[in-house]
Amino acid sequence: MYAQMIKSEATADDPDKLKAFQARIDAGEKIEPKDWMPEGYRKTLIRQIGQHAHSEIVGQLPEGNWITRAPTLERKAILLAKVQDEAGHGLYLYCAAETLGVSRDEMTRMLLDGRMKYSSIFNYPTLTWADMGAVGWLVDGAAIMNQVPLQRTSYGPYARAMIRICKEESFHQRQGFDIMMKMANGTPAQRRMAQDALNRFWYPSLMMFGPSDKDSVHSTQSMRWRIKINTNDELRQKFVDQTVPQAEYLGLTVPDETLAWNEEKGGYDFAEPDWAEFYGVLKGNGPCNTDRIAARQKAWDDGTWVRDGLMAHAAKRKAAKAAAQ
Amino acid sequence: MTTEMPLWEVFIRGQHGMSHRHVGSLHAADAETALLNARDVYTRRNEGVSIWVVPAAQITASSPSEKGPYFEPANDKVYRHPTFFDIPDEVGPM
Ligand SMILES: [Fe+2]
Ligand SMILES: [Fe+2]
Ligand SMILES: [Fe+2]
Repeated sequence: MYAQMIKSEATADDPDKLKAFQARIDAGEKIEPKDWMPEGYRKTLIRQIGQHAHSEIVGQLPEGNWITRAPTLERKAILLAKVQDEAGHGLYLYCAAETLGVSRDEMTRMLLDGRMKYSSIFNYPTLTWADMGAVGWLVDGAAIMNQVPLQRTSYGPYARAMIRICKEESFHQRQGFDIMMKMANGTPAQRRMAQDALNRFWYPSLMMFGPSDKDSVHSTQSMRWRIKINTNDELRQKFVDQTVPQAEYLGLTVPDETLAWNEEKGGYDFAEPDWAEFYGVLKGNGPCNTDRIAARQKAWDDGTWVRDGLMAHAAKRKAAKAAAQ
Repeated sequence: MTTEMPLWEVFIRGQHGMSHRHVGSLHAADAETALLNARDVYTRRNEGVSIWVVPAAQITASSPSEKGPYFEPANDKVYRHPTFFDIPDEVGPM
């Protein structure tokens, strides 16, 4: 998922108000921006929605890497549309977070100076065209697993943003799988590229769901608030169960020797990812962390004159209009 | 440092002769760019045939804490609903 290890804030509010608030959530009511909410709920949501928004934006970089080198004009147009959707997802989510009293520029500053995070997955490089297939199929596939239940989350603006996003994600996953099918049925070299992409993206995709439930310390409060609907392990299991048959269809091998169907639980047994690697990536030591933030910083700096120019132009026209009246 | 671009609320009329509906918000320096941004952000898949943008600061909203009392007057006027009246079956559809 795009929001990993969201620390839930302790809350020091009036117990009666807290009780009434929890009762609203338990009754399935939506909380709207101007409603009373515990400070912890507000802060946790800003962190979660902000991290989700940053992930959509930073997530454009690994795919943007291949737009100019897509193998055909059609693939290029499709990838461009997919990446443009991700920009839209970021914007929906920034707007949802802004209803909680933080500005988009402030969130951008927090991303750039490291106070806010984005999903670990986008710190891995996209080395070949097959990675565009693996990202759409696995990364968007994992995102969908998390985003579908979040359409029912308790915070109204977040739920509505999720509904819009989910409508668009299916295209993302299918275009990725379509690339994988083409490569898997192609020349031996293309098959090797497809297998290599699966090998590199399998475990980082499993990490997207966050640490194992036994190590996931902030889940209980978030689940009571309905800003987290399923546990990390539930979603990871669902993802594996859905993805393994798809890999088989492609004739590719999931890079996990322990992978086996477990009749009793009605799901696959599978190896956990290397959690030390996961924590390392979150700390900033993944293969691309430095590049990703540098690219966002450059975009922000290079865009300053454009934003200033637009604002100056708007002010000038407003003044001219006022003078003419 | 740059001043932040103002927030706009976006309303879109779908294909089917419906009213404009609120779909979300965005930042833009002025109304013209807000419209362009709204087209790019909210109508990439033929979601609309017409867009309104309104400065978010210009919207006046009812207060949620008064939700109960504010809408109370509607509750005790059940006769505003057609089901309040029993019309005999022999009268036919009404
Ligand atoms: Fe997305
Ligand atoms: Fe995504
Ligand atoms: Fe996506």
